[in-house]
Amino acid sequence: MKANANPRRDGGAEPKRSYPDTWERHTPRERLTQWLWLIGGAFAAVWSVSALDIEWAFFADAHVQAADLIQRMWPPRWSYLPLVVRPLIETIHIATLGTMISIVLALPVAFLAARNTTLNQGTWLIGRAILVLSRSINTVIWGLLFVAIFGPGPVAGICAVAARSVGFIAKLVAEAIEEVEAGQIEAVEATGAGTFQIYGVAILPQILPVLIGTSIYRWDINVRESSVLGFVGAGGIGLLLYASINQFAWSQVLVILIAILAIIIISEALSAYVRSRIT
Amino acid sequence: MTAPSGMPLLRIEALEKTYPTGKRALAGVDVTIDRPQVVAIIGSSGAGKSTLIRCINRLVEPTAGRILLNGGDIVALDRKGLRAARRRIGMIFQEYNLVERLTVMQNVLSGRLGYVGLIASLRYRFPAEDIQAAFALLDRVGLDGYHNQRADALSGGQRQRVGIARALMQRPDLLLLDEPTASLDPKTARQIMRLVRELVSERQTPAIINIHDVALAKAYSDRIIGLRDGIVVFDDGPAELTDEVLSVIYGDEDWTLPGEGDDEPATALSSAS
Amino acid sequence: MSATASPAYPTTWRPPSLFGSRRRRFIFWAAVVAYVIWSVSDLNIDGNRILAGLPRALDIFARMVPPDFSRWEMLLSGMLESIQIAIASTIVGALLAIPIGLAAAANLSPRPLYLLARGFIVVGRTFHEVIIAIFFVKLFGFGPVAGLLTLAVSSAIFLGKMLAEDIENMKEGPVEAIRATGASFGQVVGYAVVPQVMVKQLGVLIYRLDANLRHSTVIGIVGAGGIGQTLSASFSRYDFDFSSAILLTIAALVALGEWFSDWARRRLR
Repeated sequence: MKANANPRRDGGAEPKRSYPDTWERHTPRERLTQWLWLIGGAFAAVWSVSALDIEWAFFADAHVQAADLIQRMWPPRWSYLPLVVRPLIETIHIATLGTMISIVLALPVAFLAARNTTLNQGTWLIGRAILVLSRSINTVIWGLLFVAIFGPGPVAGICAVAARSVGFIAKLVAEAIEEVEAGQIEAVEATGAGTFQIYGVAILPQILPVLIGTSIYRWDINVRESSVLGFVGAGGIGLLLYASINQFAWSQVLVILIAILAIIIISEALSAYVRSRIT
Repeated sequence: MTAPSGMPLLRIEALEKTYPTGKRALAGVDVTIDRPQVVAIIGSSGAGKSTLIRCINRLVEPTAGRILLNGGDIVALDRKGLRAARRRIGMIFQEYNLVERLTVMQNVLSGRLGYVGLIASLRYRFPAEDIQAAFALLDRVGLDGYHNQRADALSGGQRQRVGIARALMQRPDLLLLDEPTASLDPKTARQIMRLVRELVSERQTPAIINIHDVALAKAYSDRIIGLRDGIVVFDDGPAELTDEVLSVIYGDEDWTLPGEGDDEPATALSSAS
Repeated sequence: MSATASPAYPTTWRPPSLFGSRRRRFIFWAAVVAYVIWSVSDLNIDGNRILAGLPRALDIFARMVPPDFSRWEMLLSGMLESIQIAIASTIVGALLAIPIGLAAAANLSPRPLYLLARGFIVVGRTFHEVIIAIFFVKLFGFGPVAGLLTLAVSSAIFLGKMLAEDIENMKEGPVEAIRATGASFGQVVGYAVVPQVMVKQLGVLIYRLDANLRHSTVIGIVGAGGIGQTLSASFSRYDFDFSSAILLTIAALVALGEWFSDWARRRLR
């Protein structure tokens, strides 16, 4: 039926068709937007590189300097290793305690920042503001602030890790809360349960896997972050690394770098293993 | 069952609901239920069935009117009073609405949340009589031995049985069922309706059921209310639900034709024109 | 009047624990408590110092409000430098990422080269940007060049890894089909690989630009240019009202960057 109808409508009985000899993949409008993006990108690149006032002369002997540095690093001074152990443990403590505190703080923030559990527009804005502030300031900058408050040491580091992680965990948990089916919440509400009972019974069990998974993932990021907190005086192995670099004790620096490499790779593998077990 | 003599269990007076979008879902509904019976509400989609049921426990806020349960007006209650009133109204949903990551037992016990403190409820520490009642109810709805299964491991019919047990855990004065069979296959739907009917007579608790399936409504209810455009157009026993009445509720249609096969001539006609 | 409670039904019931058994739950929480006690005592955390910190926190907070934007020129030039570092390093990083990504794709690159590239990615990804920055500061001196190189290297590693994974996950059929036409390696990449990975990689690139913007605010702490250097200096001079102005600007910029990145990536789809 259909096959018969088509040629008549197309008028395809025409004796000879001419085919185009040019072919463009994109419409002119698409090409224009592509060009605009490209020009914008190129302009940004030129502006950035030229404005940075790069002394190209520095690059001339860079490879010589780098080779020199590697030569001074090798061989690693393994006798230094025992001195690295305690700061390494301290680094992991900072990451772990900071993550623990942030889990406790992140739960209420997540409930504030989720549209379906927040009390009103005002509390939602407060929740969102905490998320943005916590997430947009880097762990090391939080470290600067807490060193000013508590003085140098691991306490500042723990607070810095916690302050940055609250927003990270709360954002993902808030998204999970918003994804809980409204009907399940409604059903518990219809039994006459109080607000906190609804949160605890209808929502908490549903978001628990996200909370645990996110927290463990954040923990392994935090081990990496803690490795540099010492640069601003907030405890951990970074302090030793910074001191060794400033003393030009390069073979010692290499030992520290290898130690950092080891704990970060181990914690990453551990975190991936635990997360794969949970889900 | 706790109503003072002479006072109806449930009395809905001039109930109105207009949604913020301007849609008028209920335009003055009066219903009185004075004895334990199964009341089916029928009507086409958008006639206000779901709105009516949700207004009774104020999951949807009514715009005007009164809802008297055992003589007290639910519409006038504050938040605390509303929570207390909701404890006396069991609700069963189309999509079951179980908390999926919790076990059957945890879901059933959530029917008692209004009666235990916050900390105890979060640790699932319920009084012994509640636990005993929960086991008895699971047995009654045919789920004996399922208490430690997770809700997301159950079939649709089993989930709805858990939903019924949760509602009955509240020892309600009134049961609200919002399309309880719409997500189930025909056989399971009949089993669930039979169970509801048995439980209504066992526990002497009235039930209001929103239902699409007219045949099911006729077979399992004591009384049928027909809604059209937010107004009650029929309220009588199932025997009185004639084809003329169905035309009033749903609009004109040849109700004598068998359900199957009347699609084909219709589409053939429309495609020809 | 409720369930006719016959004594046949149990009167006790415990919810199943997350940990499988109550014993394992006990062990878990005991381990958590033991760890906290051990770590807190191991860190020599001094309660008095924390208590002393609280009034100081209030004092610092009081001095942070209102933020002082009067030195906006300094603030602006620091922020611009951070933005420039972010953009330039993303572009340099993207260029470096192409050879790294091709070398680290198991289905394109010869085995020894693949292992070398993967090893480089694993080691490079481990180190925090600040650690990389301090080496470039030692090599090139203080200033934005060290920052640019730091973020270029870490971007190259990140983008290279994403590119390699994308190439490994692409469909093999088109590659074979183009190879079967007698195309050269470059032509295979251009006609079979690039079309398959281009859109996703552009998305990753925009994401990385956003990430570089965040990182560019930190690396200044070890002297690698950008607003971080200004911030670090303001903290060490107890110039807290200027610090809070910088922090607010950073937060605004990062939020803006995230919004731009989300918007641009949505446009790509």
